[in-house]
Amino acid sequence: MRNFKSLAFIVTSAALLSACSTPMKTEVAPVETRTTEVPKGAPAEPREVATVTAPAVDPLNDPKGVLAKRSVYFDYDSYVVRDDGKSVVESHSGYLNKNKGRKVLIQGNTDERGGTEYNLALGQKRAEAVRKSMAALGVPESQMEAVSLGEEKPKAIGSGEAAWAENRRADIVY
Amino acid sequence: MSKLHSLILSVGLIAGTSAQAQLKIEIAGISANQIPIAVAMFADEGVAPADVSDIIRADLERSGIFKVIDGVAVLSETAIIDHAQWKSRGADALVVGSVKKLADGRIEVRYKLHDTVRSTQLSALTLSKDARFTRVVAHKIADDIYEKMTGTRGAFATRVAYVNENRGERDYRLEIADADGESVQVAVRSKEPIISPSWSPDGGKVAYVSFEQRKPVIYVQDLVTGGRKIIVNEKGSNSAPSWAPDGSKLTVALSKDGNTQVYGVNADGSGLRRLSNSSGIDTEPQYSADGETIYFTSDRSGGPQIYKMSASGGNATRVTFNGSYNISPRVSSDGKTLAWISQRDGGYSLYAMDLASGQELRLAEQATEPSFSPNGKYIMYATKTGGRTSLAVVSVDGRVKQRLTTKAGNIREPNWGPFMN
Repeated sequence: MRNFKSLAFIVTSAALLSACSTPMKTEVAPVETRTTEVPKGAPAEPREVATVTAPAVDPLNDPKGVLAKRSVYFDYDSYVVRDDGKSVVESHSGYLNKNKGRKVLIQGNTDERGGTEYNLALGQKRAEAVRKSMAALGVPESQMEAVSLGEEKPKAIGSGEAAWAENRRADIVY
Repeated sequence: MSKLHSLILSVGLIAGTSAQAQLKIEIAGISANQIPIAVAMFADEGVAPADVSDIIRADLERSGIFKVIDGVAVLSETAIIDHAQWKSRGADALVVGSVKKLADGRIEVRYKLHDTVRSTQLSALTLSKDARFTRVVAHKIADDIYEKMTGTRGAFATRVAYVNENRGERDYRLEIADADGESVQVAVRSKEPIISPSWSPDGGKVAYVSFEQRKPVIYVQDLVTGGRKIIVNEKGSNSAPSWAPDGSKLTVALSKDGNTQVYGVNADGSGLRRLSNSSGIDTEPQYSADGETIYFTSDRSGGPQIYKMSASGGNATRVTFNGSYNISPRVSSDGKTLAWISQRDGGYSLYAMDLASGQELRLAEQATEPSFSPNGKYIMYATKTGGRTSLAVVSVDGRVKQRLTTKAGNIREPNWGPFMN
């Protein structure tokens, strides 16, 4: 999905670049085109400079930017966004507020211990905690959906506290 | 522990007084004393793809209720039986029969069950099916034997649904197998997880949760045609489908209004309505056998506990009080026993409770996702050992245990299907 988005961005950028280059093409256009332009005024002043603004890189695609962090971690048996997760919530809330066309799926996860369906509900609680924090920062409901993957899609394979801690998590997915 | 055990037994005795009362009394001693039974090789059974008598023997042995006597030669249902001689060989009952291949490709199995103690014929059946379903015919005969000898309908000819997953290969399958783990068929294959299969009461459809849309969504699939449809896909998570006993509706767990809550929905996906109301988690709803009560898991008191409410929703009553983690309620078909998972002393164990007395019995350790056999006598569950998950079965008195083994992958999320004709 992210690859697709990046591809869409490249295509858009290419379209913008070609749009900017159009006036330059008319400079070297065939004679008949030029004859229609000349009567408008004086010939082009060779000392004039047209400013081209390069399109900004979408911060979402900056692998070193703050938006590259998309995971919010939780303590054992906890469904409260920790302090180390607040900056993640804030940066994505800011981005969503500036980019109303963007939507996110907030996927909650749990470790492998316990029942399948109860874990799904616990993962939902984590996704909900992130969703509420983002709503408090002004992100409209229409741009967010909180869902759960429960214990089904662990990021860290295996048992033990290190793996479990990695899997007690909510991911922000664009 | 022994109280619940004897209670279940006496319930069985009362329920079964209509037929075979004399044999039934022996049930009280069954766990200690199995019924010795001889199953002859069926005449011409080699014409079918599987040996019918072998399958019957395996079923009866697996039940834990029978002691199958070895070394019985071929005896067809027409053979003259010397009851006294079989009694002296230690068999209280004798099974005989024959197999025939019909012109249209079906196989026909005839069988008789003899009571050697009372010197009578207890049953005789003729069954015919496509040769592909030889195993089903054998299971049906085993069901008949079980019922005639115990008064309880046998569940050997039923099927189970479960998930076979290989996460590394991103290979998730919803599989359907006979109750003995044979005749596996794949109902769904997906790159994303599948959980919580639930059989429709007529055995024709399975509801389940698939993550193929990056979130849990509830599907109902017709097993014969493979036609499937989304029945609930609300904003948020959609999970834990469970059919009402009449098949007209399901109860599900949705997060559309925030935290997970219990809802009802018609079998065609219409008429969605909220049934539970708490500020925390309400999930894993299950109808009682009469369809009037819904049992579910809720964390409204802190940790997860089992509650019940009217099937139309409203106030809930707490059911479990021992331990701080009680989940996955399932009610037996007679409505008398609750099976669930409780975390005590660290591990997750399968418990059964006699709902009338509240008496609890621990049936198995390392257990999750329990499911009753349709006759209420056994519970299948997922068990994790050595990093692999497989399925196991335990009798409701805790005395008989079996493991359903498979070649590869993790097998979990069992759901035992209904009786089928």
